[in-house]
Amino acid sequence: MGDAAIIYASDYLNKLSGERIERECKRQLESGRRALIINFRDTELVNSIGVSILVGVIDAAEQSTARLIFSDVNNHTAELFQMLGLMRHVSLASNEDEALSLVSEAQP
Amino acid sequence: MDTNNQRLLHTFAALADLGEEIANTADFQEMLRSSFHLLLGSVAIRRGAVAQYDRQRDTLRVVTSRGLETAPEADFPIDRDRARALATLGSSLTASDAAAEATRLMTEHPKLFASSEIQILLPLVVHDRLIGVVVLGEKASGEKFTDEDLATLSALARHIAVGINSHHLLGEVKRKAEENQRLYEGLRKIYKETVHAFAAAIDIKDRYTQGHSVRVGKYSEVIARELGWSEEEVEGITIAGYLHDIGKLIVDLSVINSPERFSAKDSKEMSRHPSAGYEILSPISHPYADIPLMARYHHERMDGNGYPDGLKGEEIPPGARIVTLADSFDAMTTDRPYRKKLPLKDVLEDFRANTGTQFDPQIVCAFCRAFLSEIEGRNERRLLNLLNRNYDNIENVRPMLTQMLADFGEPVFATAH
Repeated sequence: MGDAAIIYASDYLNKLSGERIERECKRQLESGRRALIINFRDTELVNSIGVSILVGVIDAAEQSTARLIFSDVNNHTAELFQMLGLMRHVSLASNEDEALSLVSEAQP
Repeated sequence: MDTNNQRLLHTFAALADLGEEIANTADFQEMLRSSFHLLLGSVAIRRGAVAQYDRQRDTLRVVTSRGLETAPEADFPIDRDRARALATLGSSLTASDAAAEATRLMTEHPKLFASSEIQILLPLVVHDRLIGVVVLGEKASGEKFTDEDLATLSALARHIAVGINSHHLLGEVKRKAEENQRLYEGLRKIYKETVHAFAAAIDIKDRYTQGHSVRVGKYSEVIARELGWSEEEVEGITIAGYLHDIGKLIVDLSVINSPERFSAKDSKEMSRHPSAGYEILSPISHPYADIPLMARYHHERMDGNGYPDGLKGEEIPPGARIVTLADSFDAMTTDRPYRKKLPLKDVLEDFRANTGTQFDPQIVCAFCRAFLSEIEGRNERRLLNLLNRNYDNIENVRPMLTQMLADFGEPVFATAH
């Protein structure tokens, strides 16, 4: 949507097939997106594989100087991200609309 | 939930998930990638690599990596003393040890990880032997690695070491199994070539029956296949055919090449050959069952009037009953010192007349079915190719074969044992 791409994490962030999320994020960044929104509404569990995949997404976003926003994250997952230090690199939004607002606010 | 408990829970979950991944022996690369993801994600580390140790070549080879800006060299050297030191360090590594080892690696191999900063190095150790190393960059939190982090990472690294070692051992086992299989196939080949040489030696002695042993082997093979024997059993009966007359090696040459039918004395001399064959073949460890017995019993008869032991009916091993028929068929369809080859119809008439007395009816039926199927083009021409040199218009016996099968009824398959 405009400069932002929305990617739905679903239930992939606990197995190796979650690497496709990283690939999709990189693809969006290479095509010029300035912001990535990852929607966690269908994600119950993020295990260590998922954390590693998300760290890869963080790396890719930083290399492209793009903004990274996580939306619809449940409380348990939010605490995990906070504990592991991911929140240094990411903004949190309650839902997709709020995430898109954050993207709009940041644009000149 | 407080942070410490959450951290513990996250670590336990990583260990549990890692156990499942290590058990995936089907795809080594996928196991490695998953396991490395789990290790990185346990503490949210941004980049790193796993390198496997080759003790033959004294090198480390990167087998999986993430987030490194440049691909490292495929192999980098490590001397044995260093490898031994790392293996010793494995169990008691602190954060500062791990950092010191990383610094040392970067100093020794400045081009190895280019602009990517490696902060810690963990040895992968199984049974006090170095399997490889894990090198790791900074944490996503930006904080330094703590001893608690090292404890978590070391526990995970031990599992990865086991996974890599198991894969290596499995590869060794597979390689040795393949080597053994090659050796076994080589030995079988030597055995078969030796048997062929023996068959040629047997037939050379008897100048009227050049190629007889090989033909008997091939006729036996056709009959056994028609009876539905396994490939292994078919190979065995073929070998038995090649060797069935090996006892003739001890029979006087003048008796074997006599242009006259044998006298009682010569017959006694000649009738020694099945027992002699058994004595020659018994001490050898054949890869197939009952080879010596088939040589011993190929002149027995279903009615018990054969030699050397006068066995009757089912007492005669099935393989020997096949060789009996094959031997008789070749004897009647080739020239002998005392008579010319017989017309095919006469040969089949002889089989019909002697079925049940000399020959096993099931074997006769199998022979007739095989012969018929070749004449009718339903099977490869094996019998026909062997006969074509001596006979024309072989297909003329088709009605006779059909009648014999009708006379003797539908056979029950005989098996080797």
